[in-house]
Amino acid sequence: MKEISCKLLVIGAGPGGYVCAIRAGQLGIDTVIVEANKPGGTCLNIGCIPSKALIHAAEEFEKATHFADGASPLGISVSAPKLDLAKTIAWKDGIVGRLTGGVSGLLKKAKVKVVNGWATFRDGKTVEVETETGTQIIRAENVVIATGSVPVELPFLPFGGNVISSTEALSLTEVPKTLAVVGGGYIGLELGIAFAKMGAKVTVVEALPRVLATYDAELTRPVTKRLAALGVTVLTGAKAKGLSAKADALLVETADGKDEKIVADKILVTVGRKPQTAGWGLEQIDLTMSGRFVRIDDQCRTSMRGIYAIGDVTGEPMLAHRAMAQGEMVAEIIAGHKRSWDKRCIPAICFTDPEVVSAGLTPDEAKAAGTEVKIGMFPFTANGRAMTKLGEEGFVRVVARADNHVVLGIQAVGQGVSELSAAFGLAIEMGARLEDIAGTIHAHPTQGEAFQEAALKALGHALHI
Amino acid sequence: MGEYVIKLPDVGEGVAEAELVEWQVKVGDLVREDAVLAAVMTDKATVEIPSPVDGKVIWLGAEIGDTVAIGSPIVRLEVAGEGNVKAGDAPEAKPAKQEEKPKAVEPVEAKKDEPAPKPVATAPKPAATRALSGAPRAEGEKPLASPAIRLRAREAGVDLRQVAGSGPAGRITHEDIDAFIARGPQPAGKSSGLVQNNDVSEIKVVGLRRKIAEKMRISKSRIPHITYVEEIDVTTLEELRASLNKGKRADRPKLTLLPFLMRAMVKAISEQPQLNALFDDDAGVIHQHGGVHIGMAAQTPTGLVVPVVRHAEARDLWDCASEVNRLADAAKSGTATREELSGSTITITSLGAMGGIATTPVINYPEVAIVGVNKMMVRPMWDGTQFVPRKMMNLSSSFDHRVIDGWDAAVFVQRIKALLETPALIFMDN
Repeated sequence: MKEISCKLLVIGAGPGGYVCAIRAGQLGIDTVIVEANKPGGTCLNIGCIPSKALIHAAEEFEKATHFADGASPLGISVSAPKLDLAKTIAWKDGIVGRLTGGVSGLLKKAKVKVVNGWATFRDGKTVEVETETGTQIIRAENVVIATGSVPVELPFLPFGGNVISSTEALSLTEVPKTLAVVGGGYIGLELGIAFAKMGAKVTVVEALPRVLATYDAELTRPVTKRLAALGVTVLTGAKAKGLSAKADALLVETADGKDEKIVADKILVTVGRKPQTAGWGLEQIDLTMSGRFVRIDDQCRTSMRGIYAIGDVTGEPMLAHRAMAQGEMVAEIIAGHKRSWDKRCIPAICFTDPEVVSAGLTPDEAKAAGTEVKIGMFPFTANGRAMTKLGEEGFVRVVARADNHVVLGIQAVGQGVSELSAAFGLAIEMGARLEDIAGTIHAHPTQGEAFQEAALKALGHALHI
Repeated sequence: MGEYVIKLPDVGEGVAEAELVEWQVKVGDLVREDAVLAAVMTDKATVEIPSPVDGKVIWLGAEIGDTVAIGSPIVRLEVAGEGNVKAGDAPEAKPAKQEEKPKAVEPVEAKKDEPAPKPVATAPKPAATRALSGAPRAEGEKPLASPAIRLRAREAGVDLRQVAGSGPAGRITHEDIDAFIARGPQPAGKSSGLVQNNDVSEIKVVGLRRKIAEKMRISKSRIPHITYVEEIDVTTLEELRASLNKGKRADRPKLTLLPFLMRAMVKAISEQPQLNALFDDDAGVIHQHGGVHIGMAAQTPTGLVVPVVRHAEARDLWDCASEVNRLADAAKSGTATREELSGSTITITSLGAMGGIATTPVINYPEVAIVGVNKMMVRPMWDGTQFVPRKMMNLSSSFDHRVIDGWDAAVFVQRIKALLETPALIFMDN
């Protein structure tokens, strides 16, 4: 097969890779992107988007179930709702299809050549791609590694059969009667809550003393409360030990050292993700690593000239929007623009119920950095819009420097707060001070008002509390 | 916590306002009772304003150079316990010039026993935040700038760490980058070790400096100066001066050249009284004075002042000398009174050893003449057969050409020259 030569080769068409390729194409760079599966990566195919589709369907079903109980204060009652999960999954696949198709269209529009297949480095400038039609050699001046990450497998609970990863959980056609979730991080809780809402009896097994351990306890308390209300059993400080002999239950050592057997039709293992560093010839180019990750500098350059790495393969936080920003930046660097990573914050969201958003520093992180802080918190119980949505649980919290009031971090927990992340990120990137947020008119009645009020609270004069 | 307002006290009889020349505190400072807060200057003197109470400065009511009416609030302090501000007093209360009688040095003290004020509500926020803006970044701290600014800086090759932020909390604005770029690239300067200094510091022209500036501006813009320079052989005068100093009584001051010049001027003025005058050009009237009040431009640590030897026509040589010494000391120590610093009818300016060959003195408006003394030095002079070493000194004198003709100016200077070159003439009665 004829060799391809190009200025830029992107390996992996996830959110980091495809954004990099599109931007490079826009800048007139001769670009090739290699992807073994459909474009969109984990995010579009088996991550962010399908999980949000499933979570939304579960939410709607739970609402209907709630109405059927006759207990809704809204005065709505319905007869027993039914869920056809296969149909839900088909709807979800439709969305995924539209998005991945959209990405293909965008790549084409940007004149990016897409090669389907598995890429392996031969050397720092040459990559072999196993395609359906044979081996394709691609020579490139610049290579961007955007291979992403994969779910971590537990050696004593290997994937297969009833032990599933998030990928399989998003394609189940029947709601399992009982579901054990190993790992109480954001993925486990998002999916665990969704299946609980769809009717599964869910047990979450978390080794640490509390779930969502990367967030502070104040922020996760409303989620813990909701888990209890949904009938989800949470075992903290508990260790998963393996599968029962009949493969119908999870063996657990509880916090007090007792062995317990959790009957489960499915066991969902969500104990984290690891960078995809194997299978693409990392050993051929011998890049310097930083722990499990490929080491990069503030321009996403690896230890080899002309080779860049972006996204999950380069480290935490493993978030699509970080990868996208890196991809865009690298394309511009290759086009000769002066760029480097200067972002002040990468917001993170848990699409649990209620949702959790964190942008910038938490109070503890700010204090640990030796900064004297002012903190303002405003609860949704005092927010009119939240009340009308039956979403009074939660709050917005602002962390600012005590001396000059520059906002260092913003966190929120509550129904629908994921959409506030845009305002939070903007405030921090713009270097807003408490007075800037307090002085911005926030439309009434919205949950966003709680953001303004939290800033006012930090300044000592919140109006509605 | 209460709030305590300090108003500008009455600083002297009949003074309605004073110019603020110095702040010794800034917002946020803690001050003790009697600590000096500020200095104000009137026509007469500079007065320090002490704090009547302990407290924390939360507001300053004027900037350096502002003219402040007596009784206007100038400082607000946050004090323990009750202050002297009534609830509902707007912090922007107008200067209380009209309604406030300047009765006590600290007129606010009397109010101390009024009911407890409601604090905080009236605390003027803007002052507090203003103090924060432009705060310098701590070492290693990331510059505060929006993504658009960061992008622009990177494109322009500007290291934001080098850019001072003028926005809130030191945020870097587009204008800050404009200014930084406008200053141009900083040369590496490694070869020569010399670097460009693009600093521009703003120095407010206040107090005495402002008064000098104003005086000079009026003089130079209104008076068409004619300057006449003549050289004078002071060899004989210097011999006389030396012998007088040698044989002087212990209680008499050491003679300098100045008293001789003063006496010579008195003599010349008696023949040309139009030189000893004040020209009120607005009214078109010349006030020709009988008394010869000679101003002596003197350099002090804060600037130029002109103490005045009054009635030089009625003072003999020794009297002139002791008066010159007394006034020079008073001017240098800042104790000269308003009367001693005003009322001259003609002026002498001298830079002593720094006097140079010639100067173009600026007339002390509204006077009509000024005599400048240049440096005395030994020069070779032709006596008709040979060069002889003579002690020579130039006089550079300026005249208001509107009212003094060049001819008269020349006659005046030539007369002084004749008197100084034959000093016995100074002491001869006509």
